Amino acid sequence: MIEAVGLTKRYGAKTAVYNLSFQVRPGTVTGFLGPNGSGKSTTMRMILGLDNPSAGHVTIAGHPYRKLPNAPRHVGALLDAKAVHGGRHARNHLLCLAQLSGIPARRVDEVLGVVGLQDVAKKRSKGFSLGMGQRLGIASALLGDPQVLLFDEPVNGLDPEGILWVRNLMKQLAAEGRTVFVSSHLMSEMALTAEHLIVIGRGQLLADMSVKDFISANSADFARVRTPDTDPQQREKLTAALTEAGGQVLPEQDGALRVTGLPLPRISDVAHGASVRLWELSPHQASLEEAYMRMTQGAVDYRSTIDQRAGLQQQLPAGAPDQFAPPMPGQDQPGWYAPPPPQQGGQPFGMPQGAPGGPYGGAPAGPNPYAQQAPAAPAQAPAPTPHTDNEDSR
Amino acid sequence: MSTPHPQQAPAPVPPQGAPQQADPSGKWQGLPGAAYTSPIPIKRTHLGNALASEWTKIRSVRSTMWTLGIFLLLVIGTGLAIAANTEPRDYADVPYTLPAFFGLILGQICLITLGVLVVSSEYGTGMIRTTMTASPQRHRVLAAKFLIFFLVAYVVSFCAIGLVGLITSGMHEDGSVEAAPMGGTLLKGSLYVSLLGVLALAVGALLRHSAGAITAMLGLVLVPAILPAFLMISESMRPIGEKMLDYNAPNSLSKIFEIDGGTGGTSQLWLLIGVTAAAIVGAFIRLEARDV
Repeated sequence: MIEAVGLTKRYGAKTAVYNLSFQVRPGTVTGFLGPNGSGKSTTMRMILGLDNPSAGHVTIAGHPYRKLPNAPRHVGALLDAKAVHGGRHARNHLLCLAQLSGIPARRVDEVLGVVGLQDVAKKRSKGFSLGMGQRLGIASALLGDPQVLLFDEPVNGLDPEGILWVRNLMKQLAAEGRTVFVSSHLMSEMALTAEHLIVIGRGQLLADMSVKDFISANSADFARVRTPDTDPQQREKLTAALTEAGGQVLPEQDGALRVTGLPLPRISDVAHGASVRLWELSPHQASLEEAYMRMTQGAVDYRSTIDQRAGLQQQLPAGAPDQFAPPMPGQDQPGWYAPPPPQQGGQPFGMPQGAPGGPYGGAPAGPNPYAQQAPAAPAQAPAPTPHTDNEDSR
Repeated sequence: MSTPHPQQAPAPVPPQGAPQQADPSGKWQGLPGAAYTSPIPIKRTHLGNALASEWTKIRSVRSTMWTLGIFLLLVIGTGLAIAANTEPRDYADVPYTLPAFFGLILGQICLITLGVLVVSSEYGTGMIRTTMTASPQRHRVLAAKFLIFFLVAYVVSFCAIGLVGLITSGMHEDGSVEAAPMGGTLLKGSLYVSLLGVLALAVGALLRHSAGAITAMLGLVLVPAILPAFLMISESMRPIGEKMLDYNAPNSLSKIFEIDGGTGGTSQLWLLIGVTAAAIVGAFIRLEARDV
C-alpha cells in the first residue's frame, strides 16, 4: 500500500508535482500515466525517499520510505535501468545491493536466473543493451521479495519476449497480493497489464480509477456515419438533423461524420426521418490510448510539430509559393481523438454534455478533475456546467 | 498476517477515502487478496551490512585496482630507486622509510583520485539512486564509504611505506650511523595520505562530480605549495605565505618524514584532521538534506 497525501514538489520556481493524493492498493497492478514532464518520475523519487517533498508526505505500509527498517525487503524499485556503475559485473552490482540489506549471496544468483541474465553475470554492465539493463534493474527490484514494487518504464528496450515476461510478471506479483505500481508510456501495454490507473498531468492528479472506468469516463466512443459521396447535400441535411436531435457532429477527412451523444439506433432513426440514405453506420470503441490522449490533451507540455525543413532550404524569393506538408492526423487538431464537447470547442476534456447514459455519451460523467479540485465528488454528481468549466479550465 | 499463502486469507475491505476517486463504491478493486508478506523474516539493517556492501563495491571496480596499483608502483618503485642510489651514511638522523616520501608526494594524488571516485562515480553513473533506494539511511552508506576507504588507503599506504623502510634498512643498515626510528613515520605518514584521500571523499560527496572534486583537491594540495613563492614578495603577505609554506601537503609530509630534522609534522597532521572532520560533517549534512 502506497499512500500519498498532498504531495508537492517545487524546484525553484517550477512546481513539478502539486497537491498529489492517491493510494496504490495491494493485489492489483496500478498504472501510472502522464505526459513527459508531468511529474511521474519525481513522484516515484519522492515515494522512494530520494527527493524530499516540498509539502505533503508519502508512506509505504504506513512508514515514510526513509524510516523503513529494511527498505529493499519491503519495496523493490526499478527507477532507471542505467542507474548502475557500468564497470561492475552484473553479479557484483546485485551483490552489493543484497549485502546492503543482509540478503544472502545465493539470492543474487537466484534472481539472475529469474531475469535470465545468469550467462552474463560476470560481464560488466557497461556492455549491456537497454533491455539487459532493464532485466538487471528488475532483478534488483525482486532481490528482497518485497511486498511493494515500483517500476518506472519497465518494458523500455525489451524484446517482445521480454515484454510478455514483464507483463506476466507484474500480473503474477499482483496476484500474490503485492502492490505493483508501474509507469509507462505504452498504452497498449498498460491496457493489458494494469487494472487501475493513476493519471497525472502537469504534476496534478487527473484521474484515479479503474482502466474500464477510465476508458468509459474519458471515452472517445463515437459512431461513424457516411452518407452517399455522390450527394453532399444529404450530408449537410443529416448534420443539421443530428445536431437538432442533440448529437455532436464532426466531419472526418474522408467525408464521413463522427457522431457522439446519440446511440446508433437513434442516428438511424434520425437519418430515416430526414430521408437520408446511409452508406455506413458503425460504432467506434475507444482504446485506452484514445481515452488517455483525450484526457491529457490539455496537460501536454512537450508537443511535437511537423518538420518543415525550412532551415535546410534556400531562401525563396519573396512571393514564391511556400511548400507545406498536409496536416498529419491528430496534429494541431485538438478534437481529433475525440470530438470536442458541445458549446465549447477545444475545452480540454470535459465530458460530453448531451444524452448522459447513451452509449456514446460517456455514460458515468465523473467529475472533471481539472474543473473540480475538491476531493471525492460522487460519481453520480452532475457534470459541471460549461460555465464553470470555462472559468476553471486552463 | 504471517501465512505464506496470502490468497487463502480473508480479503480485507479496501480502505476508502482516496481523494478524487472516480468510483467510491470500491467495486473497481474487485476482491484484492491480502497484502503479501514475505515468508522470510525481515531483519533490521545495520552498519555491518553497509560495510560489506561498500567492500564489494570498492573491490569490484577497476578504478580501485588502477589507482592503488599506480600508488604502489610510485611509492615502492621510486622508493627502491632512491634507496639504491643512497649510502648508509645518508640515513644519519633520518628514518629508513625516507625513500618512500618521494613516491608519496606523487602517490597521494592516486589516493585523492580514488577517494573522490568512491563517491562521485556513484553520482556520475546514477548508481547513487539505486544505492540510496536500497539503503534510505543515507548517513550509514556514507559512513561505510569513509570507513572502508580509510581502511583500504591506510593499509595499502602502511604496507607500501613499511616495505620501502624494510628494504632500505636491509640494504643500508650497517651500524655506521644511527637512523631515526621509522615507526612514527609509518603511522603518521600513512595516516596523512589516507586522510587526504578521506578529505577527497568528503569533497567528492559535497561536489558530486568527479572532475570537479579531483580538481578541487589538486588545488588544495598544490596551490599552497606554489602560492607562497608569490606571497613572499609582498611584505604584508609574508606571514600568510610562511604559514602556507609550513602547512602545505608536500611540506607536511616532509616534516612527518623528518627531512629537515623537524617537528614530526604533528601540528600539520592535526590541521588536516580538523579540515577533514569539517568536510566530513559538511558531507553528511548535505547528504541528508539534499535530494539524491
